[in-house]
Amino acid sequence: MIWNETKECMSRDELHNLQSARLKKMVSRVYHNVEFYRKKMQQMGIEPGDIKDIDDLVKLPFTTKNDLRENYPFGLFAVPQSEVVRIHASSGTTGKATVVGYTRRDIEIWQECVARVLAMDGVGPQDKIQVAYGYGLFTGGLGLHYGAETIGATVVPMSTGNTQRLITMMEDFGATAIACTPSYLLHIAETLEEAGKIDNIKLKAAICGAEPWTDNMRKEIEEKLHLKAYDIYGLSEILGPGVAADCEYHTGLHVYEDHFVPEIIHPETLEPCKEGEVGELVFTTITKEALPLLRYRTKDLTSISYDKCECGRTLARISRFKGRSDDMLIIRGVNVFPSQVEAALLELGETSPHYLLIVDRINNLDYLEVQVEVEERFFSDEIKELENLTKKISHVLHSALGLSVKVKLVEPKTIARSEGKAKRVIDKRKLI
Amino acid sequence: MVIKQLSVFIENREGRLERVTEALRERNINIASFSLADTSEYGLLRMIVSDPEEGQKVLKEEGFSAKLTDVIAVKIAQRPGTLHEVLKILFDAGLSVEYMYTLATAGKDTSIIMKLSNLDRALEVLQAGKYAVCTDKEAYEINNHVDK
Repeated sequence: MIWNETKECMSRDELHNLQSARLKKMVSRVYHNVEFYRKKMQQMGIEPGDIKDIDDLVKLPFTTKNDLRENYPFGLFAVPQSEVVRIHASSGTTGKATVVGYTRRDIEIWQECVARVLAMDGVGPQDKIQVAYGYGLFTGGLGLHYGAETIGATVVPMSTGNTQRLITMMEDFGATAIACTPSYLLHIAETLEEAGKIDNIKLKAAICGAEPWTDNMRKEIEEKLHLKAYDIYGLSEILGPGVAADCEYHTGLHVYEDHFVPEIIHPETLEPCKEGEVGELVFTTITKEALPLLRYRTKDLTSISYDKCECGRTLARISRFKGRSDDMLIIRGVNVFPSQVEAALLELGETSPHYLLIVDRINNLDYLEVQVEVEERFFSDEIKELENLTKKISHVLHSALGLSVKVKLVEPKTIARSEGKAKRVIDKRKLI
Repeated sequence: MVIKQLSVFIENREGRLERVTEALRERNINIASFSLADTSEYGLLRMIVSDPEEGQKVLKEEGFSAKLTDVIAVKIAQRPGTLHEVLKILFDAGLSVEYMYTLATAGKDTSIIMKLSNLDRALEVLQAGKYAVCTDKEAYEINNHVDK
């Protein structure tokens, strides 16, 4: 079903007018309320009055994750703190998290967007949905939760970490929908198969996201669990889950353009790409109040199509992601930057800063191993001391990344040093 | 007196242990005795060698993390109960053993290499108990039959 036909199926001309009106207001708001943007626009010699319609978007400055970091925690907020009703946070490139805020209206928009996704995926008041994204600072759990409540579904807030309990409740409650990462869903499917319970399951829809996946993975999930699986995309800087999602035709993810205006740019030249050309996805939020962002560079690589979809929606579609233009990894739905590992190791000061991340997927669960060189000055000839060191490193990395890490001590100078950019990551998963 | 033990960190990878023994052989360094403590991912090879400083240098050149650790080698007689007796006087003095292994000897007596929580105190206690410890020269040269 189409949750909001007025918005999701409006003509491109109407959408153009709506976006233009919203952008003008938004630019004026950030100019007056956010010093960072005012200064940037002044440096570029532009004023809010120069932005007359959505085509003027290209005149505006870009925003990067680093800008959020430099204005940590609330420097880019455009409203007084009294109007902020929620904070979420995701990984930063080093040390500090990326912090985002929402007004009550922002939360309502978020609910609306997730409601559109769930309606598109055939979920409604008759459904019992298990939300198995993490609840807390991560936007996944609460984002799906509020959206599912908005459409009137019965929400079971599972969060993550206990597959047995999830399966028991899936069976006992007769859950009809699930929201989780696609790799976790495959893991659930295999656990169900092993327990001989797969035929007891009543799931009909799966809302999968927070990590890249392929069409083949979707088909595998659908075959194993006899359900329809859909892709949901989002990032906390823009909203959280619900920025874009695919319909039953699976020909790209519909972007909720009445709230988030997408652009595809060449990541080097920053020039706009042609329709269909792969480049970096950039979003401008045109309704957000607490943290409105101009031309936020997502670093996700994709292409865009403005053709009308067979489902009847006129919203632009972005293709499945082709990778990243930076070195961010997504492990169990958690964003990980190699630089976070480096910063944590340097802060600990008990190992060399040479490290190697090995990411693997075993039985559909992601594992992160961090190899650290045992330098002579940190080397003890007692096993217990080396074990303590391993534990200490695991602990600091777990705190820094929000992810369990297996630490492996290796001999000095065995991690390759290369000229220029060091090879810091071996990703054995085949995702794209 | 304390003696120098050569300790080296070895990853559980094919050929690494062999590389250590090969490097020592190339420089004519004799391994008088050794113990290998292993975990699932790495091992610690602890050795008494004919020339610890040179041994450390050689292994470092090979890219290993190698260090010299102070240990003691206590001489005990080859009859039932002697190991227990020496451990008892150490434990009674509140000392704990970090690790220990035997120093290979061909004679009537044997020696036990020990890393203890407090080596100075251990030497006092052993002396009071009339136990002899190997000198560094003795330990390094045991079983060294290099043609000079």
